[in-house]
Amino acid sequence: MGAALIELSGIERVFQLGDSEVHALRRLDVSISAGEYVAVMGPSGSGKSTLLNLLGLLDRPNAGVYRLEGRDVTTLSAEEQARVRSERIGFVFQSFHLVPRLTAAENIALPMILAGIAPAQRSARVARALADYGLENRADHRPDQLSGGQRQRVAIARATIMQPALILADEPTGNLDRATGEEVMRLLEELNARGVTLIVVTHDGGLGARARRQLLMEDGALHHDHWRPADTTPDRCALPT
Amino acid sequence: MRTPDLIRFARDAATGNPLRTFLLVLAMAIGVAAVVVLTALGDGARRYVLNEFSSIGSNLVIVLPGRSQTGGFSPGNAITSTPRDLTVDDAQALLRASAVHRVAPLAVGTSEISVGGKLREVMVAGTTAEFIDVRRLALAQGRFLPPGDWRRGASEAVIGAKIRDEMFGREPALGQLVRVGDRRFRIVGVLASTGQGLGMNTDELVIVPVALAQAMFNSNTLFRILVEASSREAIEPAKAQVTEIIRLRHEGELDVTIITQDAVLATFDRLLGTMTLAVAGIAAISLAVAGILVMNVMLVSVAQRTAEIGLLKALGATGATIRNAFLTEAAMLSIAGAVLGFALGHAGAAIIRQLYPAYPAFPPDWAVLAGLGTALLTGIVFGVLPARQAARLDPVQSLAKR
Ligand SMILES: Nc1ncnc2c1ncn2[C@@H]1O[C@H](COP(=O)(O)OP(=O)(O)OP(=O)(O)O)[C@@H](O)[C@H]1O
Ligand SMILES: [Mg+2]
Repeated sequence: MGAALIELSGIERVFQLGDSEVHALRRLDVSISAGEYVAVMGPSGSGKSTLLNLLGLLDRPNAGVYRLEGRDVTTLSAEEQARVRSERIGFVFQSFHLVPRLTAAENIALPMILAGIAPAQRSARVARALADYGLENRADHRPDQLSGGQRQRVAIARATIMQPALILADEPTGNLDRATGEEVMRLLEELNARGVTLIVVTHDGGLGARARRQLLMEDGALHHDHWRPADTTPDRCALPT
Repeated sequence: MRTPDLIRFARDAATGNPLRTFLLVLAMAIGVAAVVVLTALGDGARRYVLNEFSSIGSNLVIVLPGRSQTGGFSPGNAITSTPRDLTVDDAQALLRASAVHRVAPLAVGTSEISVGGKLREVMVAGTTAEFIDVRRLALAQGRFLPPGDWRRGASEAVIGAKIRDEMFGREPALGQLVRVGDRRFRIVGVLASTGQGLGMNTDELVIVPVALAQAMFNSNTLFRILVEASSREAIEPAKAQVTEIIRLRHEGELDVTIITQDAVLATFDRLLGTMTLAVAGIAAISLAVAGILVMNVMLVSVAQRTAEIGLLKALGATGATIRNAFLTEAAMLSIAGAVLGFALGHAGAAIIRQLYPAYPAFPPDWAVLAGLGTALLTGIVFGVLPARQAARLDPVQSLAKR
């Protein structure tokens, strides 16, 4: 199989809180291959979100090296990191984070607008995304006119509109009821089935168990790296430890 | 981010909070409107005065009896004591000067005019045939005083439009005999109406030959000698020659004041131009206030939209993109305010012109450009700080904010 999509080695993240230091991540070594489906689990405050922010280049580690697609991205400038986020990474948040004054279609188009893609190409892609996520009739609705599930579908459409290699979802079902959450997970898993690497932070053991690989965090360290044996597992040989 | 998208994004952000946008645009508009209206007033005053002075005649050199202390023009010079009479002979002597085209002596006094039982106090101007050309006056009816010996004169009078209306109403005035003081005059002409002016109001004037006026007021002295130089370039030579001639005639003493219309105009122009500038400066302060308002409102906007900024960064926006988005918004609000203020200011100036038709309250071009430019500049300059603050926000912390 190909080289690892994500390679973390010796990652440390320390927050300074007054005099005390909070070690949100300690000596983290993880490798994730392209196309994997990973659930990050662990108790509250164990560093799951911190890890996801680092993977999404929204945050920088205090020590260690993060390689994305073979490239050391920790040393990139802020502008270069923004470009990587724009082209390679899609985010899905617990609280959706839609821009309230923009319609569903405009929210979905936002990453393309920021990337400077031409309007004609944008509208074609937005139309396809709206159809893919069953939002055709909601294109002109603003977020406050949408249900939670619809909002998260808009968010997923937005996260995928730039066709990223990596989707990072921090508790994407945390604000949804069980049935809607199931549906959102199914959409994310479909993306993964089409080859997108999917990393989901979740508190829900049931949902986490659906991933082929579970990273169990505890107090900023990787406590357990569990592989669910399955015949469809793509790259067991790339096992990191 | 493409420019049209940037503009649309900024516009949506601005219209997303109508009250904030309205207040900002209003503040900016008031600033620009203040500049436009106040400079219209200032420049209108300048134009009004210049117009009035120009209407007196052109290429004028004016000789006043009495020496002015400062040499420059000031309204106080008009009431200095008269050590030596300024006479009709003095006036006639000025005709010898090569740079002088025409000369009109002017003696002034008040008297009463009566005709058919109607009585009215009037200003009587004694002068010669040249007066109508030197002062650029127009006749409505008849003719002006005939040319001839300045020391004599037929008992003929030319009256102003208002005198004509009041004394004769619908009756014909030409050829009528009137009594002015203790003398009788035949009316030979009526001046065209000129309306209220800065100088002598010719509408309420009775013009008679200078010799008769001096006899009537029992005085030898003139009120003014109006000298018209032969060209614009000849004004200074004419002034020099006039000075020399008067000095010679007054035994080497220069006991008159000689002013040129140009100098008076230049003084007023400078004075009123400075006033307009000062007024524009005061108005510009309101623009600076508007700029500070822009900054505060944009800072609040950045704080309110922190989560959105974090999101935009997560979606791949660079710091520069976010800075540009906020700067564009500030610039758009400023432009909207400036345009609105421009319209309001012009409307205000138009209303002033409507209320006072004689007053040319037009804002000068430079003030309008400066007002618009300052508005745009303050909007952008005061927008920089909030925009940079937005661009520097940490994405993780911004996203965590609700
Ligand atoms: N900006 C920060 N400043 C200081 N400490 C922080 C900051 N962000 C996170 N931490 C600390 O780092 C640790 C890990 O936080 P993180 O948000 O990654 O936890 P988490 O696993 O996502 O928890 P949860 O399940 O509650 O979301 C926590 O102890 C937290 O208090
Ligand atoms: Mg978390």
